[in-house]
Amino acid sequence: MTDAQWESLSNQGVAAAGVVYFLALLAYAVQWAALRDVPVRQAVSVGGRGGGGDTLVDDLPDERVAQRTEMAGRLGILLTGIGALAHFIALLGRGLAADPNRVPWGNMYEFTLSATFVVVALFLATTRRWRLAWLGPIVVGLVLCVLLADVLWLYEPVAPLTEALESYWLVIHVVAACIATGAFTLGGITSLLYLLKARSTKKSGYLARLPEPAALDRISYRMHAFGFPVWTFGVLISGPIWAHQAWSSYWNWDPKEVWAFITWVLYAAYLHARATAGWRGRKAALLALAAAATLWFNFIGINFFSTTSQHSYAEGAAVERTVQQTVDRPLETTSVVVGLGGGLRLRVEPAQEVGVVVGAEGPRA
Amino acid sequence: MTQLDRRPSDDRQATPLPTDLDARGLARWSWRQLTSMRTALVLLLLLALAAIPGSAFPQEDIDSLAVSQWRDDHPRLTPIWDRLDLFSVYGSVWFSAIYLLLMISLVGCIIPRLFVYARALRARPPRAPRHLSRLPESTSYVTDEDPDVVLRRAEDVIHRRRFRVDWNEGSDAVAAERGHLREAGNLLFHLAVIVVLVGVAIGSLFGYKGGVILLNGDEYGFSNGLTQYDDFAPGSLFDPAVMEPFAFRITDFDIDWLTDGPRAGMARKFVAHLDYETEPGAATQQYDLRVNHPLSIGDTDIFLIGHGYAPVITVRDGDGNVAQSGPQIFLPINPRTFESFGVVKAPDAQPTQLGFEGTFYPTFQLGRDADGKLSMPSSAFGDAVDPLVSLFVYSGDVGLDDGSGASVYVLDKSRATQLRKADGQPFRMDLRPGETVTLPDGLGSVTFEGLERWNKIQISRTPGKFIALGGVVTALLGLLGSLFVRPRRLWVRARRQEDGTTLVEVARLDRSSGGDPETGRSELDGIVAALRKDES
Ligand code: HEM
Repeated sequence: MTDAQWESLSNQGVAAAGVVYFLALLAYAVQWAALRDVPVRQAVSVGGRGGGGDTLVDDLPDERVAQRTEMAGRLGILLTGIGALAHFIALLGRGLAADPNRVPWGNMYEFTLSATFVVVALFLATTRRWRLAWLGPIVVGLVLCVLLADVLWLYEPVAPLTEALESYWLVIHVVAACIATGAFTLGGITSLLYLLKARSTKKSGYLARLPEPAALDRISYRMHAFGFPVWTFGVLISGPIWAHQAWSSYWNWDPKEVWAFITWVLYAAYLHARATAGWRGRKAALLALAAAATLWFNFIGINFFSTTSQHSYAEGAAVERTVQQTVDRPLETTSVVVGLGGGLRLRVEPAQEVGVVVGAEGPRA
Repeated sequence: MTQLDRRPSDDRQATPLPTDLDARGLARWSWRQLTSMRTALVLLLLLALAAIPGSAFPQEDIDSLAVSQWRDDHPRLTPIWDRLDLFSVYGSVWFSAIYLLLMISLVGCIIPRLFVYARALRARPPRAPRHLSRLPESTSYVTDEDPDVVLRRAEDVIHRRRFRVDWNEGSDAVAAERGHLREAGNLLFHLAVIVVLVGVAIGSLFGYKGGVILLNGDEYGFSNGLTQYDDFAPGSLFDPAVMEPFAFRITDFDIDWLTDGPRAGMARKFVAHLDYETEPGAATQQYDLRVNHPLSIGDTDIFLIGHGYAPVITVRDGDGNVAQSGPQIFLPINPRTFESFGVVKAPDAQPTQLGFEGTFYPTFQLGRDADGKLSMPSSAFGDAVDPLVSLFVYSGDVGLDDGSGASVYVLDKSRATQLRKADGQPFRMDLRPGETVTLPDGLGSVTFEGLERWNKIQISRTPGKFIALGGVVTALLGLLGSLFVRPRRLWVRARRQEDGTTLVEVARLDRSSGGDPETGRSELDGIVAALRKDES
């Protein structure tokens, strides 16, 4: 296949994934519509098998309704799986469409495509074991929205990577960041559901059919406990190693790094909070949500608000600023004085003016 | 929470201030507060908060150009920002205060926990609580077997599940414990955090980072010494004696410009071919310096981080003598098209000093203004397809007489006059390679001989980077232990009942943060099944 064919395959993959996720959402809608007015019969025992999950329909009085919801739920999961497959093909196509072939993490569009895939994949991987069927509609709905925004606002044609991105450490770094982002996102969703469920007194409907708050709290802890080491590895090990190779110092307090660090500290605080009397439960969940907010702000926000980030995907801005400064400002005011050869004192432009030259105009992860 | 359920964190809870306190009591109380979990939590949150301004405002040691721009744009706020150290957040007093407090809290937290852990390692599993059936995870069954038989088997079964088991013949219950590695992992993690900070501190205190712009060609070289750098940022305890005495030259530079596709105009595959010696007199070695592939010599790393053009310009003065000749480094002002800015100075020119300032266009083109008229010159492409230098001319004092600090990249025009045409417009000359322009008024001539290239090389020495790396890796390992090892206790009690049967109670206590009732259940079930399998 030619590169152009791969690229259009990728685009078709995204479209197909979108359509199938939408169908999955419809299936979930049918499932939950049937359950909507049926009161949950008995409070699910604490620490027991837990409500929700595969036992969603155990207590339905009407056999036919029970069968219908069960079918719809299964169909939902199946469609989610098919959507994920199309999603994966879309990612693969992006990588194979580039010349030379590469990992599909060259820009925001591709990064978002990857992160959403991880969210779905993690959900599919854990749904049976941890009985997360009730999470299906939320995951699929969220991923669908994000994909839509991705295609509408972030789409970019396939392009080769800039030089600085060609490092296997980058691949490792981004894989880890994507996986952790996926896990933290799921953890954020369950923390939010925990907060809602803990306040809800409803006897029927979506919240009522969720597992007990304690079980929700446990599930979000697990998502975070999985995500945290991966994030640590991605942000504090592979990231600095790559930064050291590409930019000559392993930590630069670049805005993207600062926010990754803030996210890390907040998740560490979440883990502490869960172990501290007085912070367990509600406050810990709030912390998890704050951390998730910084995670996504870093993922998207920084690219638009910060022009100094070396990770900038928002290309034009940084370049324009450099030019603007050089034109607007007489150089002498910003030059630094250093010694240069033979004791002659000369003024030299600060390094960053020249430092942006190699491959800085391309997206960096 | 029962006594048995205690977790390491429970030892370090903040407590209200007692009312009757002497000085020692107060000190002890303060120390307990500082090393409590809640304080750690608050300090972590503060650290996150304190890191934010550094990403919102430009930072001196990251982008000093942006800082001065910000200062100019906000003259009123600047003094306040200066006082608050907002231009160097990560070196500021308040930021340091937070992480130092966190460190003290951390040390104060770890040391007592180390002792507790050492004791716990040697301690026997705690004895069975009186009412096993009251524990959240418990089960029981009745059998005809003798209690001792059951307990002996329990000891064996649990031991095979790699629990530490404690049972004395004659006691009615077996106690077992497993998962000490969790606390070990946790301690390792917190210790490693300290190691990371030490490693980072060593790097920033004893290391340095410098940059140099080096022309390509055998005749230009760099040998590692303070005076050779264009910019140099040493740590506060840096000692120049540690600098390795290497030298290198860039013999050639490869670059590959993309001419089509969505990234047309982008350059890739930068390779600077280096000849280097690790010390004076050593054999010359070769290295292809590429982005992401630094050259390491001793503890020093050499990076390729930039490139640009250096037009070779010859200035002849009014007397026909060569007043200045050679490649002039022009700095890119547009990283995409490599439109570059530079100056040429001829202080020895007669009858008057000459200075030139202007722009280099690798691929010259004329843009169009809003009315569609040809106007703004610009560069269409970064590669030197149709190179052109466009210079304005200054005569008089171009500021090299006194030898004071003046940039090679800046022309001091304060005491020079700009050459103008008869109509008052500035005199501008546009030169392509090989072309010569004669200056008016018999001032001389300028020739654009050809083009050379330069590379920006970054050189850094970061001692302690492997300590920091080792620290994070250790921290990660510790973290895995602390998150995924599940410490738990088990008890099996067997008692003869009045009707002659034996009641066997099995209970389990999960002490991890993510304890899952289902795994607990299945562990309990598994143990009961194993106990009953060999029932006679
Ligand atoms: C640099 C600052 C710190 C970081 C990044 C950090 C990070 C962490 C992380 C990620 C955990 C989770 C592991 C788990 O859930 O078992 C943890 C647990 C813990 N941390 Fe920290 N910590 C820091 C400072 C402190 C300090 C100052 C204290 C002492 C007050 C402390 C005491 C503890 C304790 C006792 C636990 C175990 C919680 C439990 O499971 O009972 N940490 N820490």
